[in-house]
Amino acid sequence: MSTRDWLLDDSPATLLQANLGRAWRMMTALLRNPLAVAGLLIILLLLATALFAPWIAPESPVGQNLQARLLPPSAEHWMGTDELGRDIFSRVVYGSRITLMIVALVAVISAPLGLIIGAVAGYFGGWVDRILMGLTDVFLSLPKLILALAFVAALGPGIENAIIAIAITAWPAYARIARAETLTFRNAEYIQAVRLVGGSHSRIIFRHVLPLCTSSMIVRVTLDMAGIILTAAGLGFLGLGAQPPLPEWGAMISRGRTFILDQWWVATMPGFAIILVSLGFCFLGDGLRDVLDPKQGGEK
Amino acid sequence: MATDATLARRAGRGLSGVGGFVVVTALTFLGLLAITFFIGRVVPIDPVLSVVGDRATQAQYDAARIAMGLDRPLVVQFLDYVWSVAQGDLGKSISTNRPVADDLLRVFPATLEMATLGIFIGVVLGVPAGVWAATRRGEWVDQVMRVFALLGYSVPAFWLGLVGLAIFYAGLGWVAGPGRLDIFYEGLVPARTNVMLIDAALAGDWDVFWNALSHLVLPASILGFFSLAFIARMTRSFMLDQLGQEFITTARVKGVPEWRVIWVHGFKPIRVPLITVIGLSYAALLEGSVMIETVFSWPGIGNYLTTALLNADMNAVLGATLVIGSVFILINKISDVLYRVLDPRSR
Repeated sequence: MSTRDWLLDDSPATLLQANLGRAWRMMTALLRNPLAVAGLLIILLLLATALFAPWIAPESPVGQNLQARLLPPSAEHWMGTDELGRDIFSRVVYGSRITLMIVALVAVISAPLGLIIGAVAGYFGGWVDRILMGLTDVFLSLPKLILALAFVAALGPGIENAIIAIAITAWPAYARIARAETLTFRNAEYIQAVRLVGGSHSRIIFRHVLPLCTSSMIVRVTLDMAGIILTAAGLGFLGLGAQPPLPEWGAMISRGRTFILDQWWVATMPGFAIILVSLGFCFLGDGLRDVLDPKQGGEK
Repeated sequence: MATDATLARRAGRGLSGVGGFVVVTALTFLGLLAITFFIGRVVPIDPVLSVVGDRATQAQYDAARIAMGLDRPLVVQFLDYVWSVAQGDLGKSISTNRPVADDLLRVFPATLEMATLGIFIGVVLGVPAGVWAATRRGEWVDQVMRVFALLGYSVPAFWLGLVGLAIFYAGLGWVAGPGRLDIFYEGLVPARTNVMLIDAALAGDWDVFWNALSHLVLPASILGFFSLAFIARMTRSFMLDQLGQEFITTARVKGVPEWRVIWVHGFKPIRVPLITVIGLSYAALLEGSVMIETVFSWPGIGNYLTTALLNADMNAVLGATLVIGSVFILINKISDVLYRVLDPRSR
C-alpha cells in the first residue's frame, strides 16, 4: 500500500492516520487553487527573508554612509539609498522581521482572546452572553484604525504598544465567529455526553468546543492579516509604531515623504513590500476559505 | 385581510422595534463613551501629566488633578464625563487652546467634503463595474476586477497618496498639490459652510471653485478607489446571486432584452443590500481620510487627530475619536433602519 493510499484510506485505523489524511486532502485542494498557491509562495518568501535576512541583505540595515546619500536604484543598490546612505533593499529585507513579528504577536494575542470570549459567551448563554457580546459589539461598531490610534496615544508610541493596540481592536471579530460556531454545537449529543460523564465546563470548552472553532478562525485570521499589516504600517508612518532606526516599512515610507518629489524611490520601495505581503495573505486567505469553510465562500 | 388583532400586534412590534433600536443605539453610544473614558483616564500611567504636559509645576499639576476630578471615585468620574459630553463639552485642546468641540466643528466639513466626493466616485464607478464583472463571470474583466479589489485591501492609503502626488502633481502637473487652496486664493470667499466648493459657488467666485476642485480631486479619487474596490466586489456577488435565479431565466426565455434583464430584473432587488454596503463604505472613508489627510495636509478631522496625537493632546485625541466613532455608529444604524424599511422581507 502506497503512502498516498494510506493517507486517503476511507476507514483510518488510528487518529493519527485520520488527521494526516485530512491534512493531505486539504493540502491538495489548496494547491489546485492558483491564487492560493501564489499567496502561499509569497508567505514562504516572507518567512525565508526574515529567517535569512543577514545572508540576503548586502549591507547593514542601520549602517550609515553619508557619501552614498539618496542614490537612485542601480546594480549596486537595487532599491537605491536613503537620506543617510543606507541601502534600502537591505532595510526592506530586515523590515520583514518586524512585519512578521507584528502579525505573529497580534494573532497570538487576539485570536485566543476572541476565541475564549466567544466560546464562553456562546456556551453559557444568558447574561454572560449578553454582557460579553454587548462589549464585543461596541468594539465592532468602532473604526479599528481610530481605536488603535487612540490606544497608542494613551500608551505612548513604540512597537510593543502598537502591537497591543492592534490586538485590542482585532479580537471582537474572532469572538463573534467563535460564539456563532459554539451555538451550533452547544446542545449536540456528544457535548451532552461529556457533561453526563462529569466533564467540567472548562474541560468542555477547552477540549471539545474550542478545537471545533479553529478552522474558521484560521481562515479569518489569515484574511485579517492584510488589515493588520496596513494598520501597523500606518502607525509606523505616523511615527507611533516602530521607532528609528528600526527598518519598519511604514516608518521608512514616512522618512521618504520629504523626498517624494525628487527621490521617489525612498518612499516607494518599502510600499511595494507592504503590498506584496498583504496581497499574499489575501490570496492565501481566499484559498483557505474555499477549502476549509466552503459555506462561507459566497463567491468563487 | 388583516384583522384588528394582527394589526395591533404588528403596530406593537413596530413600536418595540423602534424602542429596541433606540435602546441599542443609546447603549452603543454609552459603550463608546466608556471606551474613550477608559483610554483617557485609565490607560495612561498619569492622566494629569498627559493633559498638563511634563513642564508643569507641582502647583499646576495639583490644580489640574482637582480640576479633572481625579480624586473622586471612577464611577463618579465616568458619570461626570458622560454628562459633560452630553452638553457638548469635550474639554480644551492644549495645542490650539480652544474648546475641542469648536475645533471639531470647524474641521469636520473639510473631511465631509472629501469623503462625499470619494463615495460619489466609488458608487458611480463601482456599481457598474460590479454589474459588468458579474455578467462576464470568469472572463478577463472579472479577473481584472478581482485583482483590483484585492489591491484595495492591500495598498496602504498613505503610500498611494504619496505616489499619486509624485505622479499627478509633481510629474504630470494635472492636479494641485497638498492643502485645500493655493495660498493666493485663501480667504477670498467667506466661510459660510466650510465646504470649500459650496462656499466658492455661493460667493460666485469660480476661480476659487476650480482651484479648490483641483486640490480635492486627487485625495478624493484615492479615497474613492478604496470604496470602489469594496462596492464593486459586493455588487458583483449580489448580482451573481440574482442572475442565477429562475425568474431571470424566465425573462430571457420570454425575449426581454438583455440590458433590461440585467438592469431591471437583476438590479432592482439588490438596491436594498447595496444601500447598506454604501453606508458602510461611507463610514469607512471617514476612517481612511485620517491617513489621506495627513499626506495631503488636508485640514480635516483626520489631520486634527494626527496632529493632536503627535502633541500628546489627549482631549483633542479623545474628542476626535468620539466624533468619528459616533458618526460611524450613526451611519451603521441608519443603514440598518433603511434596510428594514425598504426590504419587505425583513419586516
